[in-house]
Amino acid sequence: MTDSSLSTRQKVERSLARRRATETRFHALGFMAVLFGLLSVVVLFGDILLKGSSTFRQTVIVTDIHLDAQFLGLTPRSKEAHIRRADFEGLIRQQLHAAMPTMTEDEARELHRLISIGAAWQLSDWVVENPQHLNQTIRFELLADHLVDQWFKHDRRKGISQRLSDVQLSWLHEWADSGQMYTRFNRLFFTHGDSQEPELAGVRGAMMGTFLTLMVTLVLSFPIGIATAIYLEQFAPARQWINLVEININNLAAVPSITFGLLGLAIFINLFGVTRSTPLIGGLVLTLMALPTIIISARAAIKSVPLSIQEAAYGLGASKVQVVFHHVLPLALPGMLTGTILAMAQALGATAPLLLIGMVAFVVDVPNAISDPSTVLPVQIFLWADSPERAFIERTSGAILVLLGFLISMNTLAVLLRQRIERRR
Amino acid sequence: MTILKNHDTKGVAFVDDAKLTARHVNVFYGDKQAIFDVSLDVGANEVIALIGPSGCGKSTFLRCLNRMNDTIDRCQVQGDILLDGEPIYDGSMDVVPLRARVGMVFQKPNPFPKSIYDNVAYGPRLHGLATTRVELDAIVEYSLQRAGLWNEVKDRLDAPGTGLSGGQQQRLCIARTIAVDPEVILMDEPCSALDPIATAKIEELIDELRENYTIAIVTHSMQQAARVSQRTAYFHMGQLVEVNPTEQMFTTPEHTLTEAYITGRFG
Repeated sequence: MTDSSLSTRQKVERSLARRRATETRFHALGFMAVLFGLLSVVVLFGDILLKGSSTFRQTVIVTDIHLDAQFLGLTPRSKEAHIRRADFEGLIRQQLHAAMPTMTEDEARELHRLISIGAAWQLSDWVVENPQHLNQTIRFELLADHLVDQWFKHDRRKGISQRLSDVQLSWLHEWADSGQMYTRFNRLFFTHGDSQEPELAGVRGAMMGTFLTLMVTLVLSFPIGIATAIYLEQFAPARQWINLVEININNLAAVPSITFGLLGLAIFINLFGVTRSTPLIGGLVLTLMALPTIIISARAAIKSVPLSIQEAAYGLGASKVQVVFHHVLPLALPGMLTGTILAMAQALGATAPLLLIGMVAFVVDVPNAISDPSTVLPVQIFLWADSPERAFIERTSGAILVLLGFLISMNTLAVLLRQRIERRR
Repeated sequence: MTILKNHDTKGVAFVDDAKLTARHVNVFYGDKQAIFDVSLDVGANEVIALIGPSGCGKSTFLRCLNRMNDTIDRCQVQGDILLDGEPIYDGSMDVVPLRARVGMVFQKPNPFPKSIYDNVAYGPRLHGLATTRVELDAIVEYSLQRAGLWNEVKDRLDAPGTGLSGGQQQRLCIARTIAVDPEVILMDEPCSALDPIATAKIEELIDELRENYTIAIVTHSMQQAARVSQRTAYFHMGQLVEVNPTEQMFTTPEHTLTEAYITGRFG
């Protein structure tokens, strides 16, 4: 405009340079955004992995144990209940004592503190399995206390110690140097429920709770959500109240999740008397939370089914239900599944609503049914993150890893399922 | 509307051996009226072409004939349409058997995302026309042969119908319609998405199908109307302006609008 001596071509070229610069800038910005996102993920995962991976190793102290039948008051024919009542803790103390006969009583107490109380029942479990070894000497891996565990895994090489006395450290060094003390895979973490003792605390209870809760959620929310979506998209008359329903569903998707917890508390627990702290009530509340997401995505999936396909079926004399089940549903299923998995992933991480319906309870037993008291993984993480013990902090990261594992396997399953359905078409 | 006085259609809208009879049909989309008092007969074993400029209501009228407009909310049809003397908008007529008797082929080829076999077998399965696999196989083969597609696809009946070319897809859709053994076939611009060679094949097919079926075809191409139809109906702005034997229509149209349209002055 300013310089009329320029030809059109020159003007175009000048604007071209500007356009190219904009494009390059936009490219760079986009790339940086992706890079930032990736970096955040790497840092997050790296940090959790670094902190959490040591959860999967547990320190044990291997020692010779003479299974003194007389001391335990057992015979090879003793009943299981009888064996479980025997004083294995006393036996372990006696044996450790025997190895160091010059100890004072104070020192003996300090020695016993290095061994977890779980060691005794692990030994009793072993004897229940192998009663024929009574009166024999066996090599047994005694579970170390969580302080020992933390020292051995983290502090030994750094030469520091927390809450361990000098005499305890001298024994620990001796065991570590002689190879009597080592770490092995922490099976307990995956087979146990929560515990006051960090070395005995596991995620099995929370995993089962999460699994059962999600099953209840899936079984309820998938059919209800899909049926609602189909009704709204295919059958509902274009009426005012249907619009109202639509607006409400869209709004529900944005309601803070804790509100659903309050609703569950008021309706399911107080009104209908569903037992609190169970996967059943958890599943009911999470169903409320998952439904809007499932309905919205399912409706979008149904909308994307070509009208021409539906018309073709109608033209051949298919009834409405036949059109829906023969054509609309199969074509919309992949999209519906994606939405459902998204909602399930959301439900998997939901903590706030579950706090309100009592799933925050300290539950030691692993739940086996939807009516057993239980907790779920995110709430377990929340509980452990609150404990002052170092070992629990470590377990927090461990539990997060398990949760992420859950999430990744669920998503993988969803992708595989989706691919299978799409390939069949 | 000052096109026609009292919606008086020029030419001969009625025939003796009517398969489909429409009397005083009005169609509304909500408040908007799309069809104004249309009365027209479709004779047995004839091909009638519905022509007219875009938005003239010819497709809407066609879709009234097998109640496809039922699927559109807010669409309201008034007047009488009879199939073999039976009113189709009556409460006693079920829409499912009606559509089995009055089949439809659409503008865009719309095979189901299933195998070629399943596409053709869908209708017979729906209505229980075959009790054994052998019977079903026979229906599929016969339908594909009638649609002139058998030789091209007989070795790959399990291949997806969507993998065929556009013209083949449209013939597959025709085969799918024939498989239900309808009495009337409605075609809504069946060749508008096809190339000239595929179009020629379909037109040839329409001519053959006339032996067994009554066909109403909506088309934008006046050459096509001239080639395939015995009678032609000209629609304009929701009104049926003129109906006459095709030859007469294209040589000596009665109404000035018809003449203007077929000579290409608009449309």
